Amino acid sequence: MSAQTLKEQWFGNVKGDVMAGIVVALALIPEAIAFSIIAGVDPMVGLYASFCISVVIAFVGGRPGMISAATGAMALVMITLVAEHGLEYMLAATILTGVFQILFGVFNLARFMKFIPRSVMVGFVNALAILIFTSQLQHFVDESWIIYVLVGITLAIIYLFPLLTKSVPSPLVAIIVVSFIAIYMNAGVRNVGDMGDLSQTLPLFAIPDIPLNMETFMIILPYALALTIVGLLESLLTASIVDDMTDTESNKNQESRGQGLSNIVAGFFGGMAGCAMIGQSVINVKSGGRGRLSSLVAGVFLMFLILALGNVVVQIPMAALAGVMIMVAIGTFDWSSLRNLNRVPKTDAAVMVVTVATVVYTHNLAYGVLAGVLLSMIFFAVKISKVRVLSLYVNEGRKKIYYVQGQLFFASVTDFVSSINFKDEVDLVEIDLTQSHLWDDSAIGALDSVETKFEQRGIEVQFKGLNGESSRLLNRLGGISKDASH
Amino acid sequence: MFKNILLATDGSAHSQRAVEQAIQMVSPYKNEVTIELVYAVDGEVSKEDILQYGDSHTATIKRKEKFYETIKEIEANGLTADITILHGDPAESIIEYSNERSYDCVVVGSRGRNKLQTLILGSVSHKLMKYIKAPVMVVK
Repeated sequence: MSAQTLKEQWFGNVKGDVMAGIVVALALIPEAIAFSIIAGVDPMVGLYASFCISVVIAFVGGRPGMISAATGAMALVMITLVAEHGLEYMLAATILTGVFQILFGVFNLARFMKFIPRSVMVGFVNALAILIFTSQLQHFVDESWIIYVLVGITLAIIYLFPLLTKSVPSPLVAIIVVSFIAIYMNAGVRNVGDMGDLSQTLPLFAIPDIPLNMETFMIILPYALALTIVGLLESLLTASIVDDMTDTESNKNQESRGQGLSNIVAGFFGGMAGCAMIGQSVINVKSGGRGRLSSLVAGVFLMFLILALGNVVVQIPMAALAGVMIMVAIGTFDWSSLRNLNRVPKTDAAVMVVTVATVVYTHNLAYGVLAGVLLSMIFFAVKISKVRVLSLYVNEGRKKIYYVQGQLFFASVTDFVSSINFKDEVDLVEIDLTQSHLWDDSAIGALDSVETKFEQRGIEVQFKGLNGESSRLLNRLGGISKDASH
Repeated sequence: MFKNILLATDGSAHSQRAVEQAIQMVSPYKNEVTIELVYAVDGEVSKEDILQYGDSHTATIKRKEKFYETIKEIEANGLTADITILHGDPAESIIEYSNERSYDCVVVGSRGRNKLQTLILGSVSHKLMKYIKAPVMVVK
């Protein structure tokens, strides 16, 4: 990258970036705290993560103007790890995730993201929205009716305040107002301070306190793999959305490496794994943020606010945060996918629903993606395995021509062979493969067996119209030797 | 004479009416007229389209495809037509785009919201009328 573009990416839009960065920092605080609570760790873990990630990614990311921090998607993956093994293992998993993400970027694997079907992506964000929503229900347990009123007020302010002005993020206004109500009324509802410590100190470098052995590695490995997939999926999706909103290009492999480095730094400074955030990035771009400076300002300002106002932050009632999270869930859900559910192909709709169902059942977004991708592959194989075989008698019924249309491979050869009539009283059979393609050993085997069966009855078989790649495969696998490829 | 026309569209039936009105308005000298359709994509639409189409390039092509019918219709009437996709808040980006260039007239369809909806949601056509320097025609 030239010094010129780098300068442009940093200082091309200073005023817009600083303003947007401040807005994003204000919007990040409640989310970072809420995501920490989802993962089952102290609020500081999410706040440190958000600070480290947004600062580091400002320097090393591949998509200027995008905001990365502690996210719900990553928090959800880590719940069981934290519950079963504790914070230190989660920090180690965060670091390992970073290493995997760097490798992903170094080997230019971003292009393989295209193998994840769109319906899986839609299922992913919808499942994420549902999980964020359901994770808030615990805050309603063992509370009086007041919590419903407070959450209601929070949501009302979030959605109605923008009508007055859009210069201050409405979730922040909602949190301030609802905090005042709760404290003034002495409502007795749980607040952030009840959920864990909030120390007003800068993050410190520390190596996770875990035994460095194979057993530890095997505990964190599955979580790190899931975090890697989920983090990159959401980050590269968000990068494409920011590309589109700003009508500019981004470097997806650099972004993957940047996400990795940010997670490593976060892990060593006591933060949980994070990734790009769709909602925050949209807020950033809408508020005028375009460059790297916006992410840096967001991180630094967030840390400043926590250091300065930490003792105020612990007073925030959980009801207000729950309200903000419900808004995040509503904003994350892809509502157009519901409108389009009866318009898209049934298989796409099924993939989307299965992705969502798997996530809601397993509480792991990575499993949902896996299930969705597998199901899409099966649907694809089924769709493509449809072969059409047309037949025609010529030479007064002494010769029969079969026209094969479609792909010949392991899933389609049975249909192909069963549509050939071996009992025909003819002298010559011609199989026209002009509109077909041979893909594997099974295809060659099928042609072989067709030829053998006819020859047993003294009927000659000719294959016609093999395309280049198919006849090369045929030669390589040493199938039918004569009359191939005319 | 209005020869160089910018027509703000959201692909709705109201925008379609605006297209028909614009064609009618310039019919005496229609061969000399260019209508540039302009469609603004905001953050929410970006998110939905990227989820549906995968990347920004594909999304842009798909968005333009939605207006091919309209362009064909305009050209069938003997005018010249084109489509431009903008990114950002619809009102702001269209105002900025049209003020940077010189159009003889900007045409926009009015969605016909009721008083309450306009109060809450604001009206794009009203903002365009207020801030665009060229003459603006709102088609009801």
